[in-house]
Amino acid sequence: MTAPLRTPARTSARRRSQATTAFPYDGGDLDRFRELQRLAYACAERVGAWLEPGVTERQASARLGRELAAAGVQDFFHIPFAWFGDRTAFRHFRTPLQFFPSRRRLEEGMPYILDCAPVIDGYTADIGYAGRAGASPVWDRIDRDLREYRDLIVAEARRRTPLNEIYARVDALIARHGYDNRHRVYPGRVIGHQITRTTARGPAGVSVLGFGVRTLQTLGREFLGERRYGRSPLWADGRASRHAPTPGLWAVEPHVAFRDVGLKFEELLVVTEDDAYWLDDDLPHVRRWQRAADTSSDLAVPDLAVPGVVVPGVASGVAVEAR
Amino acid sequence: MRRRAVVSAGVPLAMYEQGNPAGPTVLLVHGYPDTHGVWDDVAAALAADGHHVVRYDVRGAGASGAPRGVSSYRLSHLADDLFAVADAVSPYRAVHLAAHDWGSIQAWEAVTDPRAAGRIASYTSLSGPCLDHAGHWARRRLARPTPHHLGQLLTQATRSWYIGLFHLPLLAPAGWRLGLAARWGSVLARAEGVTPRAGHPRPTLAADAVRGIALYRANMLRHLLRPRQRPTAVPVQLITLTRDRYVSPALGDDLDRWAPRLWRRTLTAGHWSALLEKGPTVAQMIGEIAAHADGAPAAPALERAAASSREQAASQRQRLRLGPRLGPRLGRGLERAAFAGKLAVVTGGGSGIGRATALAFAEHGAAVVVCDLDLATAERTVELARLLGAPEAHAYRVDVADSAAVDTFAREVAVAHGVPDIVVNNAGVGHGGTFLRTTEKEWRHILEVNLGGVVHGCRAFATLMVERGEGGHLVNVASAAAYLPSKVLAAYATSKAAVYMLSDCLRAELAPAGIGVSTICPGLVNTNIARTSTFSGRSADGLDATRDRFAALYARRNFPPEKVAWQILRAVRENRAVVPVTVEARAGRLLSRLSPALTRAAARIDID
Repeated sequence: MTAPLRTPARTSARRRSQATTAFPYDGGDLDRFRELQRLAYACAERVGAWLEPGVTERQASARLGRELAAAGVQDFFHIPFAWFGDRTAFRHFRTPLQFFPSRRRLEEGMPYILDCAPVIDGYTADIGYAGRAGASPVWDRIDRDLREYRDLIVAEARRRTPLNEIYARVDALIARHGYDNRHRVYPGRVIGHQITRTTARGPAGVSVLGFGVRTLQTLGREFLGERRYGRSPLWADGRASRHAPTPGLWAVEPHVAFRDVGLKFEELLVVTEDDAYWLDDDLPHVRRWQRAADTSSDLAVPDLAVPGVVVPGVASGVAVEAR
Repeated sequence: MRRRAVVSAGVPLAMYEQGNPAGPTVLLVHGYPDTHGVWDDVAAALAADGHHVVRYDVRGAGASGAPRGVSSYRLSHLADDLFAVADAVSPYRAVHLAAHDWGSIQAWEAVTDPRAAGRIASYTSLSGPCLDHAGHWARRRLARPTPHHLGQLLTQATRSWYIGLFHLPLLAPAGWRLGLAARWGSVLARAEGVTPRAGHPRPTLAADAVRGIALYRANMLRHLLRPRQRPTAVPVQLITLTRDRYVSPALGDDLDRWAPRLWRRTLTAGHWSALLEKGPTVAQMIGEIAAHADGAPAAPALERAAASSREQAASQRQRLRLGPRLGPRLGRGLERAAFAGKLAVVTGGGSGIGRATALAFAEHGAAVVVCDLDLATAERTVELARLLGAPEAHAYRVDVADSAAVDTFAREVAVAHGVPDIVVNNAGVGHGGTFLRTTEKEWRHILEVNLGGVVHGCRAFATLMVERGEGGHLVNVASAAAYLPSKVLAAYATSKAAVYMLSDCLRAELAPAGIGVSTICPGLVNTNIARTSTFSGRSADGLDATRDRFAALYARRNFPPEKVAWQILRAVRENRAVVPVTVEARAGRLLSRLSPALTRAAARIDID
């Protein structure tokens, strides 16, 4: 066992049984991750503002790639994705190839999702940015509910609930909301995956099946490494995720849909040995929810469109810790 | 009842007035071969409701004058008669008109006349189209002879067989005189299901019927072959009779072209039984449109009738433009507005199959009422239903096991939203456990919810549906366990088998009232039923483990509740009796019929 640099005083029985690493990043590292995540979101926001009816998914993802490259991004964890219309809900997806950007054109009222994972100096971000072209009441409703997933996940991670149980609780919330779990369409049914600082040496900017060559190297090494402790760098609902959140950075991407409208966010969750928090709270979706909450409290009306509707969310009483 | 005579172009018309003379005037026009007497029940109900009810015998019938010559019975003269009566009884205020059969045909002539503006406030038509509209209706279908259109033409032609006979010399008059008139009462009783009553038909029947043949000869071919353009701005309520042997519902398909302010209602009744058996229902419909035309807000049922009319018009236009296959459809061949104007009630609508069903009805244009033990989940369903475009959606907290609560719920729904057209008794609980392990308390709970819930729901709502007389549909969600025995599902399977049998019995009982009953047997569907199921004889830990195991099984099977909802909509649409949904439910049903012994052997398997 190669648990590095752990002082005897901090080694409790519980941690020993988890046989793992301490939290591997210092404040400087986290700043770099945060900076990159903000940069990625800023690029996605710019592309979102540029989108208009008639643009295809391929054009949108290419533009996102160019924006990121112009901002200094050297490599991609995975290539930039764009999904429009019912493809945001992954309807009729049968093969993984269908995730790739298509010739689908954006139309008025359609939802869209942009997803990219830039790498700079080995620091990686993986973000999901959802939006809509024109008015969509269904989109607005899901967006307001999406906040509960963010609160729920961090609260459960802080309690060190095993990852597969958090997954099940997210599923229960989805069922209560009356939505569909769409992250289960991702390869491995994952709601999230670990992010590390990539140190691989392969060619930057080259991708195989949508994943950067360096990503594949890193992922492979992580996968094998974690396997030794009966853990997985992937966060799904199966046996491999039957362990408490591993300290490190997790890109978490709850993806829900109602009928043909799908929404997600994806951002980094910081898990330390005894705590968990979202890397950054200054993100487009968080600001959007905050504005909506402010407006509704100003007007003294409930957040929900139907007065009196209260959805008993697991995490409704959990405050997001400000960091 | 006051009787007086009104003279119209030299023909004396016998007119009868009753009710409150200061109330809104409702003018009732009878058809062939009737007299004003056919409206007795409707008139009594309207008079009791504060209306000023006026009836008259049309020319050639009852106590009115009978001019000679076929041309005296042209529609223009008949419309003049109608205006003469209206002027005599309500010279300064527009009247509300309701008419049946030939009365409806002549009333259409008046309603589509320029004089109608300011004289006729609303018009309720039963079983009598405007002949000009019918002429255009047939032309449109001949110009686009799709199988659907040819079918409609053929259906109407076979229902109009007697019209040809009426144009032949001697035959029809001889038939009436040589015995048909004398036996008319029993013909109505046998063919139309009308209870014989004193004073009907009137003694003047034979003479009325023979003279009335002139109505056909003077008007039919003339208007059908050379139809005029006859639009109207008068609010029109079209009451379609589902068992009418003479007028097919399709005849009203294009009506929105001519009457843009249109309300479509449906009544489960025959051509004559509508007036003679369901008088109060017809009176209520007339009263509703009259009140609305006079400025009152629309009654919920009337509100939905307008929606139904709009949607039907839209899909009709689409069909005429694009052909029958290309209309706006959602999956599985149902048109988007397939349930427009209908009200669907779903019990246990806060989750799983109930929620999916309520949403599917909402997606297809229906108003929905959702009840659940957990009000918050029902309200969530309601919100989603509104997002999908439900014209109305309401949530209630109801414990279906409580018969008094279900009765109260049904009454509240009827008052606030109208009598539902579709009721889905879906609420149920899962339970696993062998017979000897199942306690008496558990038995009572399972039976009270799974069977009692369905019994109470059916009783409360079927009573309302029968009273209303417009038909409806009950859907009872049973289970594949209803016909697949298993030793570990003793209580659950018993309760579901009872629901299955109850539905079969109920179907037979309610068929004459036009109420369909469907039994749905879903099979393993991915809902929270496994998570909320109870299991006999388990410790708390064992219970959780068992639940996890079953939940995992249901999740692996991963059959979405939305697909069950589709089948429920289809069952209602096509009035299907029993619908097993998943492959295992279908295979199980087949097996239970091919080899019951095999299913009994399989019942021994310990699936626990």
